[in-house]
Amino acid sequence: MTDPDADILLRATGLTKTFGDFNAVDGIDFAVQRGESFGFLGPNGAGKSCTMKMVGCVSPASGGELRVFGQDPAIDGPQIRARLGVVPQKDTLDEELTVEENLWIYGRYFGLSRSEVRSRATELLDFAQLTDRARSKVEPLSGGMKRRLTIARSLISRPEILLLDEPTTGLDPQARHVLWDRLFRLKRSGVTLVLTTHYMDEAEQLCDRLVVMDHGKIVAEGSPRSLIAEYSTREVLELRFDTDDHAHHGDAIAGIGERVEVLPDRLLVYTEDGDAAAAAVHMRGVQPLSSLVRRSTLEDVFLHLTGRTLVD
Amino acid sequence: MGASVSSPMPQPQPAPQSGPQAQPTPGPAPWRPVFGSWVTAYRRNWRGSIFGRFLSPLLFLLSIGLGLGTLVNKSAGGVDGVPYLQFVVPGIVAAQSMWVAMGESSYPVLGAIRWNMKYHAMLATPVGIDDILIGHLTYVAMQVTGATAIFIGVAALFGSFSSWWVLLCLPVTVLTGMAFAVPVFAFSATQEGADSFNILFRFVMTPLFLFSGVFFPIDQLPALIRPIAWVTPLWHGVEADRSLALGSPDFASVLGNAAYLLVVIAVGGWLARRAFIKRLVV
Repeated sequence: MTDPDADILLRATGLTKTFGDFNAVDGIDFAVQRGESFGFLGPNGAGKSCTMKMVGCVSPASGGELRVFGQDPAIDGPQIRARLGVVPQKDTLDEELTVEENLWIYGRYFGLSRSEVRSRATELLDFAQLTDRARSKVEPLSGGMKRRLTIARSLISRPEILLLDEPTTGLDPQARHVLWDRLFRLKRSGVTLVLTTHYMDEAEQLCDRLVVMDHGKIVAEGSPRSLIAEYSTREVLELRFDTDDHAHHGDAIAGIGERVEVLPDRLLVYTEDGDAAAAAVHMRGVQPLSSLVRRSTLEDVFLHLTGRTLVD
Repeated sequence: MGASVSSPMPQPQPAPQSGPQAQPTPGPAPWRPVFGSWVTAYRRNWRGSIFGRFLSPLLFLLSIGLGLGTLVNKSAGGVDGVPYLQFVVPGIVAAQSMWVAMGESSYPVLGAIRWNMKYHAMLATPVGIDDILIGHLTYVAMQVTGATAIFIGVAALFGSFSSWWVLLCLPVTVLTGMAFAVPVFAFSATQEGADSFNILFRFVMTPLFLFSGVFFPIDQLPALIRPIAWVTPLWHGVEADRSLALGSPDFASVLGNAAYLLVVIAVGGWLARRAFIKRLVV
């Protein structure tokens, strides 16, 4: 690679956002390449949305440097926003209008002609599987449909980067899978995705690379697989007991696996071989209510890094 | 932890049609699609709104103009020799623009900030704060223009005007309405909830409606109170409209009234821009 920076669409150095004394985003560094799918994983209040608003050029940075397409949001906000697609955390659809009217209006904000907006809207409704609802009002649509419409709307300007702030929060499992499928198609067609989530399965499904955020800081960075390899073990044995205090049982199984994490409702035994750990627990005469061997996830990474689970 | 992008990432295969895509060219005036979006929303419920626009002058003409007017004419011979209908209607034309402007700049503005997040949707695009303000205010001006034209048209059928100069009432009345709309935009952008609008309607608009010379000349007011009427935009609108509609306008004072209204709009615009930036760019 002659110029490693050539294809970096997004770069933040020491990016900071403060509200009074509170550092919502506390000096973070990251860079996103063209075609990449990049995620911010963290619990509510970690500073993810704040970061997204700064990248989306609607919220000015308090400190540090941010470059989107090599441009400075403080100077070239409108030009940058013309090349971004934004899916905000809370849908901002016009519920009084029809599905297609929402797309038309939004496309016009980008200076597209009426005819161009209409032809793109037809394609996008197809992509979002909303063609048969084109003329219905937005208000009665399901949460999943509204979310798909918001994504379709964000694509009307054919953005180079799509910013998705918690794209599937509040949706039922089926709606989430439909949405993931659509996002995966976008990614394959070359759109750069930048998303925030507090769902580790979403991050694993969609992100090539992600940063883990907590209290406004980046605490780890890598691909989902490399993060799990670095911060967790291959497998996890989950044990539940018929008890109010799982800590007590933690002592009983101490020494099994590489490490034991005590949660209010269960024990997690981190180990390379879950079945062997389960057998060891059994050998000690400990009788859990249930025991489950599973593969390590990003949730475990987060737990290890912060001592807390992602979704409280 | 610092982030560096040194390791090669697994790149998805770009589809043939992708890569650096054709740029949407930002239109020459991004406030126009903002205006267009309000018009689109209006098209969904214009029938009810138009009905109200016709009904409101009818109610005023029948009750105040003809009902009360007959009484005033009989007992006092009109106001300063002018039949009460011709005295009061130009004032109500001006006052009506205040009510229309208020309605369009209170709930819809706070709604676009807090409830339906319309402004936020716009700000995610190349549209900026100034475009939002200009586009939305242009839409409000369109509403005030429509309502005023209908009011003047209906009132003319009842013989409320004695001069073609009344046609100049249209631009003056739109200025009057905007002298309320623009400062109320600023006010609405500072509100958390709609409660304060009730206070604004009851304790600001209603007194203005009653004491700005719409129904009786402000000479009737105690001398101490009169200056309050002079600083309100409504009194200037009422004075200018009345002098035009009665057919012998004193153009110097009409221009003075219009200039005052323009100053209020300019100051309000500055305040509104500040309030919008403070509220929407955080």
